[in-house]
Parts: sequence; C-alpha cells; structure tokens
Amino acid sequence: MKNPFENLDKVLEHRVRLQIMSVLITNDGYEFNALKDMLGVTDGNLASHIKALEREKYLSVSKSFVERKPNTKYKITERGRGAFRKHLDALEAVVKQQK
Amino acid sequence: MKEIPEYEKDLASIRNMMERSAKFISLSGLSGVLAGIYALAGAITAYYIIHYPISPFHYRIYSVNAPETLIKLIIIAAIVLAASLSTGLWLSHKKAKKNGLSLWSPSSRKLLTNIAIPLVTGGILILIMLSTGHFGLAAPASLIFYGLALIQGSANTVDEIRYLGFSEIILGLMSALYPGYGLVFWALGFGVLHIVYGAIMYKKYDT
Repeated sequence: MKNPFENLDKVLEHRVRLQIMSVLITNDGYEFNALKDMLGVTDGNLASHIKALEREKYLSVSKSFVERKPNTKYKITERGRGAFRKHLDALEAVVKQQK
Repeated sequence: MKEIPEYEKDLASIRNMMERSAKFISLSGLSGVLAGIYALAGAITAYYIIHYPISPFHYRIYSVNAPETLIKLIIIAAIVLAASLSTGLWLSHKKAKKNGLSLWSPSSRKLLTNIAIPLVTGGILILIMLSTGHFGLAAPASLIFYGLALIQGSANTVDEIRYLGFSEIILGLMSALYPGYGLVFWALGFGVLHIVYGAIMYKKYDT
C-alpha cells in the first residue's frame, strides 16, 4: 500500500497555515484583521504565514483603500484549493490507517 | 513528521475554522426567549387596547380602523422591536466576547445583508398596507416576511434559525386564512415561537 504520508503538503503542515486556508476555502475573500481575529494570532505571525502561502501561489492578495485606510484582502487560488483538498485527503488517510 | 494525534488535531482545527468563519455562532438563545416575552407583553397590551373586554379568540375585523388605535399599535410594535433588537445585540455581544470573537465579523455582516432584503421589503409592504387600509393582511405579511428573512439568513448562522423561519411562514399563511385573528397569530409567531426556539438554542449552545 502507498504511504499516505507522502501526499501530505509540507507547506500546509503548519497549523496556522492550515487554518488560514480553511477560512479562505469557506469564504470568498477575507481581510487581514478579520483573519487575525478569527485565528487569534499576532500580526507578525499571521503575516509570515500568509507570505509563505503567497509564495506557493495558494492565495492571492488584493490591496485597496476603504475610507482612506489600507485594506488587504486574501483569496484562495485554484492552485490553493487543489492543494488544500489533496492535503485534507492525505490527513484523513493518515489518521484512518492508524485506526 | 508529526505524531498521529497532531494530525487529528489538524483535522479538528480545519472543521472548527470552517464553521466559525462561515457562520455567526454568537447569536444568543437567551435573547430569543426575552424577545418572545416582550412580544407577548406587547400582544397583551394590544389586546387591551383593541379587543378588551371581548375574548381574543372572538372574530373582529373593524377594530383597528380608528386611527388612534392604529397609532397605539404601531408604537407598541416599535417598542417591542427596539427592546428585542437591543437585548439581542447586547447578549450576543457578551457571548461573542466570552468566546473571543468579534460581533462585527464577515459572517455577521453577511447574515445582516441577507436578512435585510426580505425584511425591508416586507416592512415597506406592511406600511403600504396600513396606509391604504388593508389591515387584515398586515399580521400575516409580517410573519411571512420575517420567516423568509430567517431562512435567507440561516446559511450564515445556527440551524435552528432555519426551522424557526419555516414555522413563522406556516403560521403566517394560516393567519392569512383566518383574518381577524392577526393578534393571536402574531403572539404565537413572535412570542411563543421565539421563546421555544430561544430556549432550544440556549440549551444547545449557551450552557
């Protein structure tokens, strides 16, 4: 039998990144501060994980101004959606194999 | 490589994040019960204004034709609405704070916009009905549009809201079949149903 561990996505092994992707897959666009509240993490922590996901092109960033304040919104990409789904399948397989 | 329980925690956190981010879960059940009590108090006051001493189950249709009675009824309805909304906001804010969430989130914003469309439409329609003398259908219309608003919003909050919405619509349609009993149906829909569903939600989510 194939080893399900091989299908796990290294980038998504971080729980914060996994949580960011979970929020983005259920919502069509989410902004930085709302994401920070949802996850309960610090600015720096969130920013560094978002950067990692952006580098993989798992999410896209759009910057705009709302009432003269900068507003940064994130969206999951098709590539990110596929990677998340694959990682989720692998997680389930790993857990199932142990039972 | 992580340990297996860590992967299980990963799966649990995915589920948790998806639910928390998609749904507004801070809705307070207790505020539903209180809103129901305000509505019943309002309905009893309204009964004393328009029907008393005739039994509330006695058929009457001409009762609200007097403008001063109508104004009194609108004032009662406005007080009930304002009290219910402020209690709901206050208790939901408390619950959100307790869970470390914010009341003003993308999910609560979505919930509000979804609810507002049928609610504002129904509200305008009822005002038109009242101003053109179609009093008989005002109570059924308020129940039906409120039910539609709840169903529309239910995708973004707890499941009970969906069932409450269906119950309000059924009650509204029944009320349309029995004109003259608007107040009784209104008391059932905004009073009793709120108390019942509020209590279910309180037991399930607040304790």
